[in-house]
Amino acid sequence: MEKHIQLPLTEEVAKSLHAGDSVYLTGTIYTSRDAGHKRMCEALARGEELPFDPTDATIYYVGPTPAKPGQVIGSAGPTTSGRMDAYAPTMMSVGARGMIGKGARLPEVVDAMKKYHGVYFGAIGGAGALLAKCIKKCELIAYEDLGAEALRKLYVEDMPLVVIIDSEGKNLYDDGKAAYLASQK
Amino acid sequence: MREIQAQQITDVVEKLCIEANQYLPKDVQGAIRRCRECEDWEIAQGVLDKIITNFEIAEQESVPICQDTGMACVFLEIGQDVHIVGGDLTEAVDEGVRRGYDKGYLRKSVVKDPVRRGNTGDNTPAMLYTEIVPGEQIKVTVGPKGFGSENMSAIRMFKPSAGIEGIKDFILETVETAGPNPCPPMVVGVGIGGTFDKCALLAKKALMRSTDERNPDPYYADLEAEMLEKINKLGIGPQGFGGKTTALALNIETLPTHIAGMPCAVNINCHVTRHKTEVI
Repeated sequence: MEKHIQLPLTEEVAKSLHAGDSVYLTGTIYTSRDAGHKRMCEALARGEELPFDPTDATIYYVGPTPAKPGQVIGSAGPTTSGRMDAYAPTMMSVGARGMIGKGARLPEVVDAMKKYHGVYFGAIGGAGALLAKCIKKCELIAYEDLGAEALRKLYVEDMPLVVIIDSEGKNLYDDGKAAYLASQK
Repeated sequence: MREIQAQQITDVVEKLCIEANQYLPKDVQGAIRRCRECEDWEIAQGVLDKIITNFEIAEQESVPICQDTGMACVFLEIGQDVHIVGGDLTEAVDEGVRRGYDKGYLRKSVVKDPVRRGNTGDNTPAMLYTEIVPGEQIKVTVGPKGFGSENMSAIRMFKPSAGIEGIKDFILETVETAGPNPCPPMVVGVGIGGTFDKCALLAKKALMRSTDERNPDPYYADLEAEMLEKINKLGIGPQGFGGKTTALALNIETLPTHIAGMPCAVNINCHVTRHKTEVI
C-alpha cells in the first residue's frame, strides 16, 4: 500500500503504518550514525539535552558525501542500521519514533519499538544519488567535528521508503521473503 | 627499462577514484537490467527500477552512486621492466586517493586507528596491493569498497574432507547471514585455496573481475553458475524485501593450497560494485 506521510511521526500515524507499506515521507528529519548516536546517548546519561527535540522525531542513519557547489547535499543513502542497535532503544525512550536505514535489527530494538510505538523505515541502500533528490534543505546542527557523521537537520519531500518493521513488530525481511518463497511453490 | 614518474601514478589514481564512484561499470549495469527483466515479484521490481534510476542520475550528473564511497582498494600490476622515479610509490598512490576524494566530493570514510578511531580526513591510506608481472607497463585498478557489504564477508579454513559440499554450504550460509545488510542484489567474490591471507585477497580480486566473465576452468565456471542459481532461490531479493534477485553474479578465483587445507573466503559486495582500470 502507498501512503504519503507528513512528519512529525505521531503515535497515531506510527500505528497506521504496516510492514511492507510504501511510504513517501515529507517533513523534518535528523541525520546520525554511530559516532553521533554514541555522543547523544552519553549526553542523555549525563542528564543533558539533545541537540534537537526528540519528540516524535525521525532519525535517518546516513553519512552523506560532501555537497558539490549548487547541491543541497551530496549522495545520501542509508547506512547499515544494526550498528545503531545499541543506541536505538535509548533514543526511543526519550521520544524519537522513526528510524530510516537498511538491514536487520536486534530483538531488543523491536521490543523497544513495540513499547514506544516506533517505526523502522528502509531506504534503498546504495541509491544515494536518487535519495539526495528529495532532500530540499540541509542544516548542520551539532558535532561538526565528526564530518560526514555530524548531526544534520534535513527537510525532505516525498522521500521514498518502505516500512520494514512496524510498531507491532511485524518484519518485512521475514514476511517478504516468506511470501516470495511461498509464491514459488 | 622504462621510467614512469610517480606523479603519473598519482594522476591516474586520482582520476580512477572519481570515475569509479560516479560511473557504474557497464557489465554491472547490464546485469541489473537483465535481472529487472527476469524479476516477477512486484516490490523487487520497484526496488530494481529505483536502483537503475540511481546509477543513471549518478552518471548524468557526475555524483557518487552511493554515499559510501568506500576504502580505496588499489591494485597495481607493475611490469618488471619499469623503474618508478620521482617519488615514493605508496605516497604517490595515497596522494592520488587524497586528491580524488577531495576533487570528486567523495566521502572520507577512513579512521586512523581501528580501535581508537579518528577520521584521517582524506580517505587515506589506500589499501594497496602490488604484483610484479612481465612487461614495462603499470596496470592500475581502483575498486572503492563499501563496508556495509565488507562487514558481511567471511573466511573459513576447511579440512580437505569437507570437499566441495562444504564450500557450497559456506557460500550459501554467508549470503543468507548477510541477508538485507549488504544492499542486495549483491555480487559475491569467492576465493578458494592459497593461504589464509591469499585466500581473502583472491575473494577481493574476484570482485574486480567483470560480472560477465566466467572462470576459465569449466569446473569453476559451472560452480559459479550453480551457486548463483542457488543464491537466487533463497528469496532474500533486492534490499532483502523478498524476490528472485539476491545476487547479480558470483565470481570464483582459486590458487593451489597445502595438502592439509582448503581455505575459502567469501567477500560480499553490493549492487554498487565499482572498479575502474587504466594502463600506464
